[in-house]
Amino acid sequence: MHELLQPLVRFFVSLRLTVVLLVLSIMLVFFATLDQVQLGVWGIQHKWFFNFIVVQPVKGLPVPVFPGGYFIGGMLLINLVAAHIYRFKFTWKKVGIWLAHLGLILLIASQFFTGLEQRESQLQFHLGETKRYSEDFRLNELAVINTTDPKFDDVISIPESLLAGDTPVQNPKLPFRIVPRLYYPNSMVQMRTQAPNAPPSPATMDIGTQLAATPQPLTYKENERNMPVAFVELIGPEGSLGTWLVSPWIDEPQTFDYAGRTWQLVMRFKRYYTPYAMALLQLKNDVYPGTDIPKNFSSQVHIRDDEGNGGRDALIYMNSPLRYGGLTYYQYQMNKVDGLSVLQVVRNPTWRLPYLACLLVGLGLVIQFSLHLAGFFRKRAAAAMTA
Amino acid sequence: MKKYFPIIVLLIALAGVAASLFPSRPDSGFDLNGFGRLPVLADGRLKPFDTVARTSLLELQGRQRVAAPDGRTLTPIEWLLDVFYQPGAADQYQTFRIDNLDTLALFDLQPEAGAGKKLFSFGQLAPKLPELERQATLASQVDNAQQSAFERAVIKLQVGIQLYQHLKYSFAMPDSKDFLAELLQFQESLPAGVEAVRAKQAGQPHDEAAAQQVLEAGRRFDFMAGATSLLTIPPEPGDARPDNWQNTGRALLATFPNGNINPNVLAYAALGHAWRFHQPEPFNEMVRLHRELLQKRFAPALKKCAFEARFNAAQPFYTAMILYVFVFLLAVISWLKWPEVLGRAAFYPMAVAFLLATAGILARMWLEGRPPVTNLYSSALFIGWGAVGLCLILEKLYRNAIGSAAGGLIGFGTLLIAHHLALGGDTMEMMRAVLDSNFWLATHVVVVTTGYASTFLAGILALIYIFRGVFTQSLDKATADALARMVYGIVCFATLFSFVGTILGGIWADQSWGRFWGWDPKENGALIIVLWNATILHARWGGLVKQRGLMCLAVFGNIVTSWSWFGVNMLGIGLHSYGFTQATFWWLIGFIASQLAIIAIASLPLEKWRSFPAPRPLGVST
Repeated sequence: MHELLQPLVRFFVSLRLTVVLLVLSIMLVFFATLDQVQLGVWGIQHKWFFNFIVVQPVKGLPVPVFPGGYFIGGMLLINLVAAHIYRFKFTWKKVGIWLAHLGLILLIASQFFTGLEQRESQLQFHLGETKRYSEDFRLNELAVINTTDPKFDDVISIPESLLAGDTPVQNPKLPFRIVPRLYYPNSMVQMRTQAPNAPPSPATMDIGTQLAATPQPLTYKENERNMPVAFVELIGPEGSLGTWLVSPWIDEPQTFDYAGRTWQLVMRFKRYYTPYAMALLQLKNDVYPGTDIPKNFSSQVHIRDDEGNGGRDALIYMNSPLRYGGLTYYQYQMNKVDGLSVLQVVRNPTWRLPYLACLLVGLGLVIQFSLHLAGFFRKRAAAAMTA
Repeated sequence: MKKYFPIIVLLIALAGVAASLFPSRPDSGFDLNGFGRLPVLADGRLKPFDTVARTSLLELQGRQRVAAPDGRTLTPIEWLLDVFYQPGAADQYQTFRIDNLDTLALFDLQPEAGAGKKLFSFGQLAPKLPELERQATLASQVDNAQQSAFERAVIKLQVGIQLYQHLKYSFAMPDSKDFLAELLQFQESLPAGVEAVRAKQAGQPHDEAAAQQVLEAGRRFDFMAGATSLLTIPPEPGDARPDNWQNTGRALLATFPNGNINPNVLAYAALGHAWRFHQPEPFNEMVRLHRELLQKRFAPALKKCAFEARFNAAQPFYTAMILYVFVFLLAVISWLKWPEVLGRAAFYPMAVAFLLATAGILARMWLEGRPPVTNLYSSALFIGWGAVGLCLILEKLYRNAIGSAAGGLIGFGTLLIAHHLALGGDTMEMMRAVLDSNFWLATHVVVVTTGYASTFLAGILALIYIFRGVFTQSLDKATADALARMVYGIVCFATLFSFVGTILGGIWADQSWGRFWGWDPKENGALIIVLWNATILHARWGGLVKQRGLMCLAVFGNIVTSWSWFGVNMLGIGLHSYGFTQATFWWLIGFIASQLAIIAIASLPLEKWRSFPAPRPLGVST
């Protein structure tokens, strides 16, 4: 058994494997960068990095084209750890290499966790507005809201991905099933009066009957988002309630009464609620004199948490984000005329790991190369003595 | 004699530098220096007219000299004065460079109609400007990355035309025969005119001609206010905002509530009168008086502007570029003849050029109030500076002219790149909001740029190894080993700096956006450099490559670095995309092809290398 393992160990600890993996990772990063022209920075991360195998659709068929970031990173991690267990002996002379490699292990691991844990969303508010949630930039949700109780709303959120399938959605809080009938991941919606030739709508209820939805190609641009449309039929024990058109194009919730309760149906950008509310008090947009080159954007906000623990003011501006409640808020966009400020909200619980990792690698490299340099000068001095 | 040669070379280099600091100008009788040093607020910063003149010309025609139709050669400031005050004459100077034939066809022009078949005058272009504007508007609706050569060309020309128009409306209405006289007449007739307008509005009897006159003046000033972005008039004495400069038109509109024309406007109009009617004495007196007036409130700005004008005239980077050529030639010749003497002779001018570049970079830092690297242009300066600094150390250690040859090559190359990058306009531009952080510019940008510089240096040293080995017999074992040690040492240095620099970038991103790594193209480019340097080191440690393999890998490092430096910007995406020209793309492709060719040459069997007659003593494997 041990003899069988020998070649395997030799393979995993070899420097040759390290070099091959490094070259593969360079190619991975290079191809992924080129692919950004098509897919945008978000699209390529899931296709190339947070994946074991990169799959490229060729004429509609998924074809594996390259090992993904998880595969190469994972192999590098194994190679690194194995080399330290089997090949390297710890000596003080090698302390630099040990530190650098330890830091690298941490760095790769932290990027792995980031891929799993990081979530980005946006908080858009107007001057004077208070919000207690941020919205996803890409994902949508179908919110079914029970508004019967005047004191609070009961929200049931159904992710967009379920509307894309054809499995009915049943929920203990809902007296009806939701059956997805038709779904466009990106769409345009017009009034039927403006599109007289549009085919008949599957919608039978509310505003949907007056609207015409047309599918659109998916967009991957940095500053555009896909606007889906879904037709959902609600079916109670007594039969169909009708078919609704839902889409983030429609701002106002569609209201109906059923089973003695009042319901609202709205498809909106997926929301992430926070246990505190944030209000926009003031915004500023400075430009360099005589130009429209932006010099600084800043938002003055007020935070009040649910326990009512007083309040807190914060100024969020370029290069100075606010870290609060495990989230980072940074100034993203601003429209001074409309009094609108957009903050990017990032959740990344492992944000401290890279700092530690970098410190270790940097220190390790400095030690290692200083030893090299000292050796070089010693040899020179010795050579000068003998000469 | 031979003994003194290095000293002579040093003295010549120093004399060249001294001469560049005191450039001689033909005396026209006008105090052009004095005018060129006056401050103006443009593109967000106070700068001298001298800079406006030079950067505008570079942007329009790619060079600073102007040839007038009558054969005279104009300095940039003379050209600018003509644009300001004699636009009729300036319109005939051929200063608009058009290379794209389709763009030329837009104007019904043949290349032969232009100076050098590519420079055309505003007068030649004027009849078809509406058509240009139309095409440029269409082109700007196309995504950056998808624009064709024609679309880029019309946008660039339209930008140039706008720049020229903005300059023309800086101080006077271009159609005015004598703007000073017009202003003085306006001042005189203003009270009566205002009276007439008031009476007219109240429906009372009034002097219609006077009312019309003052209304017409208002219309003209209002037009001027919208027609230029050059803020030439300093804020009113009581103004709390020191950067509240305004353009001439706006300052003239303030005459209606104030009753008096802004004295600065009158001063510039008087300058224009003197220039137009060729009266040097009043011109010089006006410049002197205006300076004195400004001196009371803007002494530090005047000092900076005067320094900047001097800096422009001295062109330290141009002098350094010439010195680097000599350094390279002397070093290369030293491998064939007089190694000791020529080696030292190459070292001195390299040190002089390095000091000159240092002074130039420091001057820019002081003028901008910024760390050394703020844009692509200054990154080229800094990469050259850092690499030459390392070369000086290498040369001091090894004394074999290899450091000098590499320094000469890399110093010249980077300054040449910088020269072409300067054609985009003012190289001291304002930093967009998110980049406005001196701390991170000083750490991340400087460190990562040093990483670029050292990766390039390793590649250039490898080039020297390959060229000397393949084409000459001068690469003996000692030299080859020394080169291998240099490349290895520099790659270690490059690994450290590119890694730390890249990581500092990540930390900046985390501090600013809560996101350590965003897979932005420029970040990826830097990451690839780190990974490549790590690959070289591991391949060497694992014995996968020996001397020659190490050299080939280091040459490939040139490709990796040039891709990260320029290539990623061409994708037209991400936070670091600056836009690019078609020409840059082909230069990059050419550079990459040349490096691949050199790697192919290096892979020739060793028997074909002139330096290593078989059998090889060094045990080099491929």
